[in-house]
Amino acid sequence: MLQITNLHANVGDKPILKGLTLSLNAGEIHAIMGPNGAGKSTLGYVLSGRPGYEVTEGEVTFNGQNLLDLEPHERAAAGCFLGFQYPVEIPGVSNVQFLREALNAQRKNRNEAPLSGAEFLKVAREQATALGMDMDMLKRPVNVGFSGGEKKRNEMVQMGIINPALAILDETDSGLDIDALRIVGDGINRIMRRPDKAVLLITHYQRLLDYVKPDFVHVLADGRITRSGGPELALELERDGYKELAA
Amino acid sequence: MTALLPTRHDEAWHYSDIAAVAAAWPLPAPENIIVPAGGHYARTIVQDTGSIHQIDVAIGKDATAAVHVLNIGGEYGRVELNVTLHEGADFKLGGVQIGGNAQTLEIITTVTHAEPKATSSQIVRSVLADTATGTYLGKIAVARDAQLTDSEQSVKAMLLDRSATANAKPELEIYADDVKCAHGCAIGELDPMGLFYLQARGLSPADAKKLMLQAFVAGVFEGAGDEEMLTEAALKKLGELV
Ligand SMILES: Nc1ncnc2c1ncn2[C@@H]1O[C@H](COP(=O)(O)OP(=O)(O)OP(=O)(O)O)[C@@H](O)[C@H]1O
Ligand SMILES: [Mg+2]
Repeated sequence: MLQITNLHANVGDKPILKGLTLSLNAGEIHAIMGPNGAGKSTLGYVLSGRPGYEVTEGEVTFNGQNLLDLEPHERAAAGCFLGFQYPVEIPGVSNVQFLREALNAQRKNRNEAPLSGAEFLKVAREQATALGMDMDMLKRPVNVGFSGGEKKRNEMVQMGIINPALAILDETDSGLDIDALRIVGDGINRIMRRPDKAVLLITHYQRLLDYVKPDFVHVLADGRITRSGGPELALELERDGYKELAA
Repeated sequence: MTALLPTRHDEAWHYSDIAAVAAAWPLPAPENIIVPAGGHYARTIVQDTGSIHQIDVAIGKDATAAVHVLNIGGEYGRVELNVTLHEGADFKLGGVQIGGNAQTLEIITTVTHAEPKATSSQIVRSVLADTATGTYLGKIAVARDAQLTDSEQSVKAMLLDRSATANAKPELEIYADDVKCAHGCAIGELDPMGLFYLQARGLSPADAKKLMLQAFVAGVFEGAGDEEMLTEAALKKLGELV
């Protein structure tokens, strides 16, 4: 589904990704772990087309098409979803209004009929309820005044509404309390664990992986994948840290 | 009304398109509105053809006036309000100007608190693209015995291109000592991270900008009788700029 080959990328003038190769098949969940500043969020931004993140070498294909050729909104319509490490506050724009517009823009891009207000609200209510979020909150301006955990939960509600084929989730577990972690973990499984979908789960901790069991675990260090393995690799990292691994 | 054509040395015309003013010169006498004591006056001005509106409003004791302005059309558009508040009167202005190309748009207000206990509140939002210029000059004058005046100005401009210009000049002239005059003024650009977030969720760049600009002008027309029409016209104009 997603094939990243020898990806190099700069942020500003600084090389951050330095030959990253990774491939995800449909039905798989991959976890990416790695030290602070290694380039994990950069990978997520490059895959979703954030301006200022310049690919200098390498290729990314998504379901056979060149992902890097697409604008951010076209990547979304193609089925890519980025769960932000730091979800952005947008004053004055209500969650529901923005999500309905976003979903319908994606549907239009795929030649599907738009959802009516009522149809959309039904979907939104289902997802919000499943993730334990108040409908009132969904009517408030996007992320404004949300707590850290509420922002992450909101990302998952959005993912549920948009229902993407590929989710890149950047530290979705950070900032969540113990109960929220379970709810969000269940949400990821419910929305994304399907034979036709894939997840790239960026995390620092095993605790999320207790709920969302990865098929593969990779270490991203200094801009490339330095090690890959099964779920046991995460446990090993938790025990020994990255230093041990590098030695 | 000035008999002579104004020049850029006149403060109130400092940012104006004098050629456009000259073409309209001489201006007719300002429209004169008197709101009787205890009365209510509401007015909507949509400037969409490139014209100059000069309106004098005298608001009587305990009377209210609410003016909503959408300044969007023509090469040069100017809405000038000269407001006098008597005891306990209230004046509200909600103004939006949206300009592209080489448009010059101006909202100029002089609000005089002539007597005690009057309140005034002005909100002006400008969205400017290309080489457009948007100006707000807002003078508040508080007379010597106009104690307990409460006046507010909130002025914000959003520049969509580096080549656009926003001028904002709130000015206070206060002769009373027990008054509250608050003014806030900000000129900015759309938050690039917000735009990226919206696009990452599927909105096209134009729709993302439009949504954020819609939020920027939202609320200005709240309470206007023509709120829906004003909002729709503003959105249409925003859609042409993004
Ligand atoms: N605008 C920028 N200019 C220069 N360097 C940048 C810029 N943005 C990010 N970086 C650098 O890129 C590197 C990778 O950052 P990134 O956010 O991808 O790390 P990360 O692996 O997600 O870290 P964390 O685990 O802390 O979230 C860091 O060293 C960071 O300082
Ligand atoms: Mg990060």
